Amino acid sequence: MAKQPHATPMLDQLETGPWPSFVTGLKRLAKDKDYVVDLLGHLEHSYKTRKGYWKGGTVGVFGYGGGVIPRFTEIKDEKGEPTFKDAAEFHTIRIMPPPGMHYDTDTLRKFCDIWEKHGSGLIALHGQSGDIMLQGCTTENVQKAWDEINEMGFDMGGAGPAVRTAMSCVGAARCEQSCYDEAQAHQKIVNQFLDDIHRPALPYKFKFKFSGCGNDCMNAIQRADMAVIGTWRDNIKTDDALGKKWFAKHGMNELVNDVIGMCPTRALQIKDTKDVRKDAHISAVALNDTQSLEIDNKDCVRCMHCLNVMTGALNVGNDKGATILVGGHSHLKIGATMGTVVVPFISLKKDEDYEQLVELAQTMIDFFAENALEHERTGEMIERIGLVNFLEGVGLDVDANMVTNPRMNPYVRTDGWDEEVAKINAKKKAAA
Amino acid sequence: MAQPQMRKPVEYFLDNKKYLHPKFAANYGNWKTHDRPRPGVLHHVSNTGDQVWSVRAGTQRQMDVHTIRLLCDIADKFAEGRVRFTIRSNIEYILSEESKVAPLIAELEKNGFPVGGTGNSVSMVAHTQGWLHCDIPGTDASGVVKSMMDALYDEFKNEEMPNRVRLSTSCCEINCGGQADIAVIIQHTKPPKINHDLVANVCERPAVVARCPVAAIRPALVNGKPSLEVDEKKCICCGACYPPCPPMQINDPEHSKLAIWVGGKNSNARSKPTFHKMVASGLPNNAPRWPEVNEVVKRILMAYKADARPWERMADWIDRIGWPRFFEKTDLPFTKYMIDDWRGSRYNLNASAHVRF
Repeated sequence: MAKQPHATPMLDQLETGPWPSFVTGLKRLAKDKDYVVDLLGHLEHSYKTRKGYWKGGTVGVFGYGGGVIPRFTEIKDEKGEPTFKDAAEFHTIRIMPPPGMHYDTDTLRKFCDIWEKHGSGLIALHGQSGDIMLQGCTTENVQKAWDEINEMGFDMGGAGPAVRTAMSCVGAARCEQSCYDEAQAHQKIVNQFLDDIHRPALPYKFKFKFSGCGNDCMNAIQRADMAVIGTWRDNIKTDDALGKKWFAKHGMNELVNDVIGMCPTRALQIKDTKDVRKDAHISAVALNDTQSLEIDNKDCVRCMHCLNVMTGALNVGNDKGATILVGGHSHLKIGATMGTVVVPFISLKKDEDYEQLVELAQTMIDFFAENALEHERTGEMIERIGLVNFLEGVGLDVDANMVTNPRMNPYVRTDGWDEEVAKINAKKKAAA
Repeated sequence: MAQPQMRKPVEYFLDNKKYLHPKFAANYGNWKTHDRPRPGVLHHVSNTGDQVWSVRAGTQRQMDVHTIRLLCDIADKFAEGRVRFTIRSNIEYILSEESKVAPLIAELEKNGFPVGGTGNSVSMVAHTQGWLHCDIPGTDASGVVKSMMDALYDEFKNEEMPNRVRLSTSCCEINCGGQADIAVIIQHTKPPKINHDLVANVCERPAVVARCPVAAIRPALVNGKPSLEVDEKKCICCGACYPPCPPMQINDPEHSKLAIWVGGKNSNARSKPTFHKMVASGLPNNAPRWPEVNEVVKRILMAYKADARPWERMADWIDRIGWPRFFEKTDLPFTKYMIDDWRGSRYNLNASAHVRF
């Protein structure tokens, strides 16, 4: 039995309503733990005064330089003693989850046992960083909890100016739209950068996110310094039986309004099946015995919309891989930036392809480490130095897929033009 | 005295396939199609004919061990002991037999976990730590989220929206909650209040100066002590100076407000990904239930639900109807603060005679 709970009239109001309540969970923990009794008092004080009262500090584990988020209370009495003394320290340990966030219950139960013993018993699945957030631990217990977690086979996530915990979608494990082995890419890249995750020494954070297709379930383009987005180069695959089934259920109005009319590049047309073009870049799916939906795959940008609507009838092609975008980040400091394309297509089929992806990531990190200013994200660095300097620095060729449109102003020195054209022509010739 | 023996960490990133449900492992990369038999349930079919049913339920994200153990008990009883989590903290149970879907749903609902969050529903809010754990929070994410999800409970459990709706909340302008169809984000409205007694001892001053997006901070001697001062005319109240220099307090119980942003979209489907845009601000930080925020979020959602066409996300809908009609339909005031003046802002202005009446 724990000590007497503090009155929490404001938090109590978060126990009403149908959605699962985190306050009810905290109260369950508070029955046995003075730690959580005081945590509830601490939180109620924030609700009353509308302010946060945790300050950072330095807490870590042996061998690592980051991964623990230290928190010390700032609610103190006139003598400088913590008002909520049993919750004076409330550190979080970040643990990297398995790719795709799959678990067996044994693993989750082990986490629970360790965290009940050494921590508050509160676990967030998952933080916005993608980590398992073991929330609430004293300085003394951090190492004990960590040793047991590490013995389980889990490793610590990133914090501070480091390579951060990566995230990958459910992907090939369950999704027919998956264009590569997201989990393999995720694991290989994280293993490459373990030192940079655990010992922060970069200009600022660097995040990898892996989405299996353009639906980008991991928000990689907006949030990752390097986003790996699955795509394919050949034609959209079609299944006539599923196409007919879809059409019988949804009809012409939905086909026109929801599929054809919403294609961003007007790549879709209804055709009499006998009139469907025979070119190599055309694919078509039957709607009924006489009509088909024709797709001009040269016009298609792999946005995923028609695949999302006509699931299974249309699907990703066979020549799969990924588009790589670099430089996504949120507002600080120059305003939010989206990642932009730096590799229009990298094939991801064989093991060697994944090695190449890892090498590319290493080149990006090396360039970032050498050239970014302190507290500057990759997207901000590219904005400062220009995409061309970045591409030349990491050894990537320019490509018209990297721009929305070519430059709109004449403020550029072009006296290297002939050499550039000669280089491009030589490359074309060599490739031919 | 001998140092205590410390354990050296084992550095590895675990086996990427170890925790997969057996059906996921067997059909890895070999799925054919899927459908949704009902809200909260996904049914996947592989090229080998294998089938799995995934049942999705909402959680409170910040979970006590008793809740996690309860979720595990349910997985052991119905779902072969495997689960996964979505990016929005929903739990998914994987079933090889359709006959177990209905009993599992009943068990989840009985224990207070709503089944839903798939397809055209309003899924759980992506959110941050807030007052519970963050060192710089303007509000409490978990409380705002609980209040919002209570209000949107039926929208989570049903698929009645034109397309999927993704929400986020963030406790400061850094926006850790991320881009969303509707995002609730703290907006500070006053410059930081500086405790000059502490700055010299706590803050690395050049680093703080460098952190300011508008170069409004400069070193100064205040009351004989080295400190920092803020040009309050230049200050945009972003709070970027507060993390590296806690004596520059930006959070204010009265003046830190909540703003609402709409039209963020991470998917490439149809249009390119978009960032969300500010459509309301000045809402009070009214713990513990934030009714003013809830009211505006619900109003925007209902306008979208009533007017958007099938498959239009919030951003697609606004793109069609235009911003003037968005503000009309949601009855929100369009103020001068919504006209962007940050770098690149002229691209956000209407350089055409395209005007809606």
